[in-house]
Amino acid sequence: MNKRKERIIRYLFTALAFASLVFLVGIVFVLFREALPIFGKVSPKAFLLGKSWYPTSSPPEFGILPLILASLWVTLGALVICVPLGVGSALYLHELAGPRQRALLKPVIEILASVPSIVYGFFGMVILAPFLQDTFNLPIGLCALTTSIILGVMATPTVASIAEDALSYVPRSFREASFAVGADRWQTLTKVIIPAAGSGISTGIILGMSRAIGETMTVLMVAGGSAVIPHSIFDPVRPMTAAIAAEMGEAPVGSDHYHALFAIALMLFLITFAFNIAAELISRRFRLKLGLSR
Amino acid sequence: MKTMMKLMVMPALAIALGAPAFAGQKVVLEGSTTVLPIAQRAAEDFMKLHKDADISVRGGGSGVGIASILDGACDIADSSRAIQPEEVAEGKKRGKDIKPFVVAMDGIAPVVHPSNPVKGLTKEQIKNIYTGKFSNWSEVGGPDLKIVVISRDSSSGTFEAFNELVLNKEKVRADAIMQASNQAVGSTVSRTRGAIGYVGLGYLNASIKALSVNGVMPSKATVLNHKYPVSRPLYMYTNGKPAGTAKQFLDFLKSKAGQKIVEAEGFVGLK
Repeated sequence: MNKRKERIIRYLFTALAFASLVFLVGIVFVLFREALPIFGKVSPKAFLLGKSWYPTSSPPEFGILPLILASLWVTLGALVICVPLGVGSALYLHELAGPRQRALLKPVIEILASVPSIVYGFFGMVILAPFLQDTFNLPIGLCALTTSIILGVMATPTVASIAEDALSYVPRSFREASFAVGADRWQTLTKVIIPAAGSGISTGIILGMSRAIGETMTVLMVAGGSAVIPHSIFDPVRPMTAAIAAEMGEAPVGSDHYHALFAIALMLFLITFAFNIAAELISRRFRLKLGLSR
Repeated sequence: MKTMMKLMVMPALAIALGAPAFAGQKVVLEGSTTVLPIAQRAAEDFMKLHKDADISVRGGGSGVGIASILDGACDIADSSRAIQPEEVAEGKKRGKDIKPFVVAMDGIAPVVHPSNPVKGLTKEQIKNIYTGKFSNWSEVGGPDLKIVVISRDSSSGTFEAFNELVLNKEKVRADAIMQASNQAVGSTVSRTRGAIGYVGLGYLNASIKALSVNGVMPSKATVLNHKYPVSRPLYMYTNGKPAGTAKQFLDFLKSKAGQKIVEAEGFVGLK
């Protein structure tokens, strides 16, 4: 009886574990099935490198280069914000903060991660955009810079908590060995601790990038939505996620426009997939370097 | 089993008695995505009042709706344009007698920041601003200020109407700011000094300034007397005189409650 129960539970958990795999395969399958028809109408090259996105004009134009560049542009901008903020707070937490400060700061960073993205978007639209508009005397505050700042703040907790974990995995013996040969605290930090935790920190940064490039609600609200190739950080942009979110509701199911939106989603999926693979490879190397087997 | 029998017998009975006002009839609406929100809300409210009515609403576009009623695939076609002579002729060929009902008016107002001294523009000037020929307010009699063009996403019904009535289907300049709703256009314009945008008449408020078009201020009155140029009627078409649930539904739309829905969705009511 007991054995049977054990077996049932075992099957149940196996099924649950494989459920994610089923979901992933299902999503990839649907993405490809719904995206591929557009390439019968537009060549992949014209689709990826085309400079104009006029999906509802007649004849329509499906060039997503402005959308891809917009996504990369705001993601890079977000990196400029979240790397110093995230890595800096991780270093402070790990090296300098006393137990009481840690007890306060760690949960605060985690709460930052749990703020819903629409709240960030609202904040960007109502407070940050008008502020930047006045400060830099811009024609409009909804632009790549505003988006980058908000996305950077949103990605900071991801970077900070993974970087902090990476720092805490560096064995005590590394630090002690460094002090033993006469290195001071700064030398130990820059020459020993950071290089040892380096790939862990990089993993955090890449996952932060994934978060920024896939974010939708916020960019829909603050990016401005112009489908042009951005020339400055003050230009309004239309990242891929914003285009999908704004247009999917109205695109007739099965139309070229509909398939083109799926093809954008497929691109986005491939980009974040590449990011995640990179993060995985780097973190594997990191474990080996520290002599941890798994 | 009993209900099955009932289901089969009752339509037969209804046909036998020739009862046109048979409750519980299924009515299918199809067509314009502009009319869709009105049709959807009206159908929901109507079904609350008439528990046995079954109304289903589909989008697809005005052309799809009209083609569908000519095929007999729907009972009411929603359309944001008048039926064309060729379509009427095609209907006659198939023995269809298409009857129009205007259910609402769609009026779109150009709006600017309240500090902007420009009071009105011609349709041609608005078109030139949106297509990129003009990019400074001084070109249309305003101050030396860059025009920030704000548009709706190209798949919205408001964009479609504006595109047709003002732009003659020319492309909006690529660097126009795209907003996902009437409210978002309004709030962006209210915060941006050089902005121009357009919203449905139902979305005008004190924080934005409406412009006159060809000298006519957009308002309910000027839309209803057809003086205001950026407006159009929204239609529902039936095959022959509507009867039964379809007639009740159209009557409901024209009633006070129905026209309230029209206004709530940002369109202009008929009364």
